[in-house]
Amino acid sequence: MFELLGIPPQVMMGQLLLGLINGSFYAVLSLGLAVIFGLLNIINFSHGAQYMLGAFVAWMLLTYLGLGYWWALVLAPVIVGATGLALERVALSRLYHLDHLYGLLLTFGVALIIQGLFRNYYGISGQPYQIPGALAGGQNLGFMFLPNYRAWVVVASVVVCFGTWFMIEKTRLGAYLRAATENPVLVGAFGINVPRLIALTYMFGVGLAGFAGVLAAPIYSVNPNMGADLIIVVFAVVVIGGMGSIMGAILTGYGIGLVEGLTRVFYPEGSAVVIFVIMAIVLMIKPEGLFGRTA
Amino acid sequence: MATTETISNAAPAARSAGMPTLHKAIFAVLLLVLVALPFLVYPVFAMKVMCFALFAAAFNLLLGFGGLLSFGHAAYFGGASYVAAHAAKVWGFTPELAVLTGTAAAAVLGLAIGFLAIRRQGIYFAMVTLAFAQMVFFFALQAEFTGGEDGIQSVPRGDLFGLISLQNNLVLYFFVLAITFGGILLIYRIIHSPFGQVLKAIRENEPRAVSLGYHVNRYKLMVFVLSATLAGLAGATKSQVFQLASLTDVHWSMSGEVVLMTLLGGMGTIFGPLVGATVIVTMQNYLATLGAWVTIIQGIIFVISVLLFREGIVGVISRWLRRPL
Repeated sequence: MFELLGIPPQVMMGQLLLGLINGSFYAVLSLGLAVIFGLLNIINFSHGAQYMLGAFVAWMLLTYLGLGYWWALVLAPVIVGATGLALERVALSRLYHLDHLYGLLLTFGVALIIQGLFRNYYGISGQPYQIPGALAGGQNLGFMFLPNYRAWVVVASVVVCFGTWFMIEKTRLGAYLRAATENPVLVGAFGINVPRLIALTYMFGVGLAGFAGVLAAPIYSVNPNMGADLIIVVFAVVVIGGMGSIMGAILTGYGIGLVEGLTRVFYPEGSAVVIFVIMAIVLMIKPEGLFGRTA
Repeated sequence: MATTETISNAAPAARSAGMPTLHKAIFAVLLLVLVALPFLVYPVFAMKVMCFALFAAAFNLLLGFGGLLSFGHAAYFGGASYVAAHAAKVWGFTPELAVLTGTAAAAVLGLAIGFLAIRRQGIYFAMVTLAFAQMVFFFALQAEFTGGEDGIQSVPRGDLFGLISLQNNLVLYFFVLAITFGGILLIYRIIHSPFGQVLKAIRENEPRAVSLGYHVNRYKLMVFVLSATLAGLAGATKSQVFQLASLTDVHWSMSGEVVLMTLLGGMGTIFGPLVGATVIVTMQNYLATLGAWVTIIQGIIFVISVLLFREGIVGVISRWLRRPL
């Protein structure tokens, strides 16, 4: 079939894999945005900066403390999440009574500060981060060569995404969370500490961004601008999927990654803008997003 | 939004015919200062401030009076600056025609993006406009005529109406003054027109405006296109001043800067964006040698403005004077 279209299968599968990798990052990042949006009703503009922070924390743990990739995979999301928790307590929580756009503006300012600070101290050239030994090398699948680390990224993101989905949709904690999304006052009346739930939710969402950053560190060079442009694409993904559903955010993330990969095979010039074109089409046909609820 | 109070004060002034005396006086003093300015400071710097003041005022028309937060206004500002630069350099248009062509391009772009963006509200609206602006950025990066990373350089200044040479900074200054001051007066007129009053009604209570029979989306699209067009006018003019159109003007950070200018000066006020633009451009000018610190300082101003200073500079003065400004 591939030969019929004049595309060698290696090229096709290679680009699809690349699309799936990008899709993994879109999925984890848009999932974090959706979790935060669900409860806080703000769009976390500093999500890209926090993703970058995750990659930098991993790099710092290795460079300054000698802690390797596996430690970073656990510690970096916690550290990034903790900075998020501080941000929520100190600043964001003061804005909930205002128009939600102020949350967007505040987190935009925070993103500028974080990115500016790292650009100041580490420049824009980027720091290399080695692929961990256990995941070096790759598998020859016959029709293509699959680097182990890339396979790991896909697996890890799928596990985290579906773990999050399970936690929110199937557990008691998730039930509180969904209830607080619908009606925070009533949930508070039942004795749940809603402000704490909100703070921990923000921490969790930001932690997801940090986790994505650690996953990205060995693939892309660790540099202060790595999140800035990515987050705009993730915003488009979120608009396409609609933030109403957790599963919607996950599926849209992977789906858009694959579509982008396919575009790179058939029409390389369009790969940078295909997401925005899809967004325009979705806005025309189903403005609330593929999985969105009418606002 | 926090500006609601300021604007509802503006209502009686708008209903009586003409401009209140205070506003007339401020515009008159402003014009006097601007006429004297090129003899006091470097004219190119003053022109930069004026272009950004018009840009911020156009943005404020949408945010402060239409209640719509666009996070992609760089697309119209930068897009118009590319088209104007191309028109002047390649097609050999005279400056006024080049500026008009750029402005028209921004209007068309605003119509296309606005048509799609007004289908979503609030936070989604901001994300949609940002995403489309990023598309314009990619286009500017890849298209042939924009010159990629180099941009369009050494745009000729040309002769105004084919008669008056704009080579001299001082002559150019008065050309820019006429455009930007005229643009800002036009925005003032729009805000205080019946159209502006309907916009206010929509922003305050959209379902009610619908129930009164207004086609809300038409008004939203109209104000979006007006705002994009005037932002384009500012961008097109800037390309003639600096003889350059570059990626900086279409980058998302430019969209952020205009939000910052408006927020700092006071959104929903007439004069706030002008003050905000002056402060930010002056700051960038003096801190240019500090590199990344400019971004950090802008971020800090953002955070402080949102947390503690939501009325903005002019908003606070307006509250002290108990007059809408």
